This record gives sequence, structure tokens and C-alpha cells, in this order.
Amino acid sequence: MSAPSAAPGPPLWLLLELTYRCPLHCVFCYNPTDFARTGAELPTADWLRVLGEARALGAVQLGLSGGEPLEREDLETLVAEAHRLGFYINLITSGVGLTAARIGALKRAGLDHIQLSYQDSTRELNDFLSSTRTFDLKAKVAALIRAHEYPMVLNVVLHRLNIDHVGEILDMAERIGAQYVELANTQYYGWAWLNRQGLLPSRAQLERAEAVTQRFRERVGGRIQVYFVVPDYFERRPKACMGGLGSVFLGIAPDGTAMPCHAARMLPDLDLPNVRSADIRSIWYDSAAFNHFRGEAWMKEPCRSCAERTRDFGGCRCQAYLLTGDAANADPVCDLSPHHHLVTGAVASAQAAVPAASGEHVLVFRDHRVSIPVVPAGASPGGAPRGPLR
Amino acid sequence: MNDLPDTARPALPQGLRLQWEPAQEAHVLLYPEGMVKLNGSAGAILSRCDGKATVSEIVADLERAYGAVGLAGDVRAFLAMALEKRWVELRP
Repeated sequence: MSAPSAAPGPPLWLLLELTYRCPLHCVFCYNPTDFARTGAELPTADWLRVLGEARALGAVQLGLSGGEPLEREDLETLVAEAHRLGFYINLITSGVGLTAARIGALKRAGLDHIQLSYQDSTRELNDFLSSTRTFDLKAKVAALIRAHEYPMVLNVVLHRLNIDHVGEILDMAERIGAQYVELANTQYYGWAWLNRQGLLPSRAQLERAEAVTQRFRERVGGRIQVYFVVPDYFERRPKACMGGLGSVFLGIAPDGTAMPCHAARMLPDLDLPNVRSADIRSIWYDSAAFNHFRGEAWMKEPCRSCAERTRDFGGCRCQAYLLTGDAANADPVCDLSPHHHLVTGAVASAQAAVPAASGEHVLVFRDHRVSIPVVPAGASPGGAPRGPLR
Repeated sequence: MNDLPDTARPALPQGLRLQWEPAQEAHVLLYPEGMVKLNGSAGAILSRCDGKATVSEIVADLERAYGAVGLAGDVRAFLAMALEKRWVELRP
């Protein structure tokens, strides 16, 4: 257990995962693969209390996600209270359930921004990847978002099965009037970790996609901002995950579990507090879980003596745990990590030319009827699916 | 800086919001999934970009408020940068 080296600032970024319920079944979802076994969702009153306590500490950016946050019937109530408190409110949604009536009510309640996710530019792959028929619905939702004068922000998760469609995805984004497009390569947590073997693109795929994206940027100029997020596995230095755990980000899971990052509930080192039994101030400043990875005392070599530790904080704790079995190790994405071969090995195995989308790798779809414990590497992620296939 | 006429009226684009945050003791600019913490002068300039005041009027107001003269160069340089970053847009 390490004491923070300096008093932490406020949790500026608050993410409420309002529910794990979701009409989609995405194979790359970062939600825990055992979410079906978590406790009951917080009632409205608890979410309202969390909003007030976090805002009082200085939280100002609010993300509402899930699961699909529109599954919560009290979403408008929560948005109205968050707006009254002065939050900037981002809704992160698949768009399923975003009717004209609801978007109107959310706008009136003070919602600032909607990020709409797409799975692919083609109906076939969009619907296959999410295991739903949602493609046409998304086009309608995009029109509603524009009609309500929200900035049009699209998020498309890229992976082996759709990354070759980047050109078409960007053309589609232009057609529906997107101003911002985030091409977010899959990061391997949750269901994506389970499906890693089937989702990791080849280096050639990645380079083609980046080239296509660059040509698109040159054509559209400043009209559409495109962010291309390279998958960690292709980097040689880790991301400064969350700006350091316990630094700015506070996530609350549907059952009230408070987390220093989206995926932290998988980390065995952390006894995560719950907002049902503790207030946000004590969770953020005093709890053992939020202090555990603050500062540098927890670090091992090569991070501990590395000049870059103040820049990347050793990378992602969850990735270190999943790949090496110890969350305090250096993120193996870093080529200074003695475990870096685990990443290069995974990338190398993805170079083999398997027919894309042919089911060469069996994908496990996110499903509440399936509960799969998180297993670090060595137990063959994605190797042996243990759930029903659709 | 030909694209920043004295008569232009800078305003925050839709979807951006400027507010004072006591916890950070600063003005912050909020936008989709992001935030910029502003220093004192940036906050003072942006809080006057209401789409009604012209660049000249903003300079005059700041000089009045801070009892200073000759702020035009700094204000225009900041607004040019803000324009490039899309923190402001110009209304006719």
C-alpha cells in the first residue's frame, strides 16, 4: 500500500455506468465478462446523491454510459439534476432507444453532447458485430441528433473484422454529417479480451487504415475532425492510462462500485468501495483502493527507476494484470518490459492471413446469460469460448 | 491576421461552455468529452466573447477593467489562436 506522493486533485471526470443492460451484444465490449453476476443497479436517489457529492468535490465532466444508458427510465431526471449542478453532460450511446420524444426531453433537461457508436459502415457487419438489427435505426438517430443541434460525434470501434472498411466508414460519417469521428481501435479488456485472437488486426491492416484516414483528412480539411486511436499492442510505449489511477477519473459501476478506471473491477489488488456505503469524498481521498496506485511506491522495475515513469505512470494496470498476472508490473506494451514479448507475440500471431469475418476465430458475444470470470494470460484468452454463440 | 477584423463578434461555438470552477480556481472551457483549464487572461477574454461585443469593444472593455492600455495585440493574438483551436467562431 502506498501513500500518494502529493495530495490528489479532484475527480474532474465522472463516469456513471448506469446499467449493464444493453440491447447490443458487441464482441469488443469492455464491460466485465461476469457482469451478469454483479449486484442490483443503484436506484435513482443514489445516483442523484453521487452527482451532488462528486460535483461538490469539483467533478465537472460527466459521462453517462453503460451498458446502454437509455435503458434507464430515469435518465432524463439524472440529466436535469446534473445540469442544475453545472456538469457538462456527455451521453455515450448506441442510439437504441433514442426516440424523438426522448432526445427532446434530454435536450430540455440540459444534455450537452451525444456520442453515437457505430459498429461498421455496412448493415451486414454492423448488425453481425452487435448481434442486432440496428444499422438503419442508427441512421435515423443520427438525423435526430442533427435536428436537435448537437455536435455530431461518431465513435466506431475498429478491429480485424471492420478495419478494412475505414474508407467506407469515413464516407458514411461524412454523409450523415459527422463533425467528429473517433476511430477507436479495440483495447483488450472485458469481452474484447476474450475475443482478442479474433479481433486483433494485422500490422498491414492497421497501416492501410491509417493511410486511408490520412487521405480522408486531407480531402475534408477541418470540416471533420478524425481521431485515429492506435491499438496499444502496436505501440512501444504505454499510454498514460487515466493520467495515473486516482488522478482525475472516477467511474461508478451500475451496482455502485467505485472504480479508478473503467476496467478496474477485475484487479484483485483492489478492494473497491461502493457508493451505497461510502460518500464520494472518502472514496476518492481516503479509500485504500483509490490510493493504491497513486504515486510511485507501488511500481516495480523497470518502471521504478525509469525516467519516463512520470510521463506514462507505467501504463495500464489492467493490461499489466491481464497479460502478466500482476497489476503492479510495467504495462507489457512498453518495450522495456520483460513481458513485452507477450504483446509482440499476440501481434505476430495476428499477422497470419485468416479469412476475415469467416468465423475462423469463434467470437463470444456479450450476453447477460453468459458469465465468464476474468482470467489473465496463460489461460488462453479467446481460445475456448464458454458461452452460447449467436 | 486578416481573418480577424475589428468588427467581428467572437462567440463560443455551440456545444462549448465556459464556466468558473471554484475547485480549480479557474475558468474552464468545456466541450464534448474534454476540458481546458484557462489562465486568468484567457478566461477574461473568453468570458467577453458573447457574439455581441466586437473585437474592438472586447479590447476596450478589458483595458477598462484592468486599468491598462495597449492590450489589443495580446487579445488579438489569443483570439487568433482560439479561432484556430475552434474555441471561438466569428459572428458578422
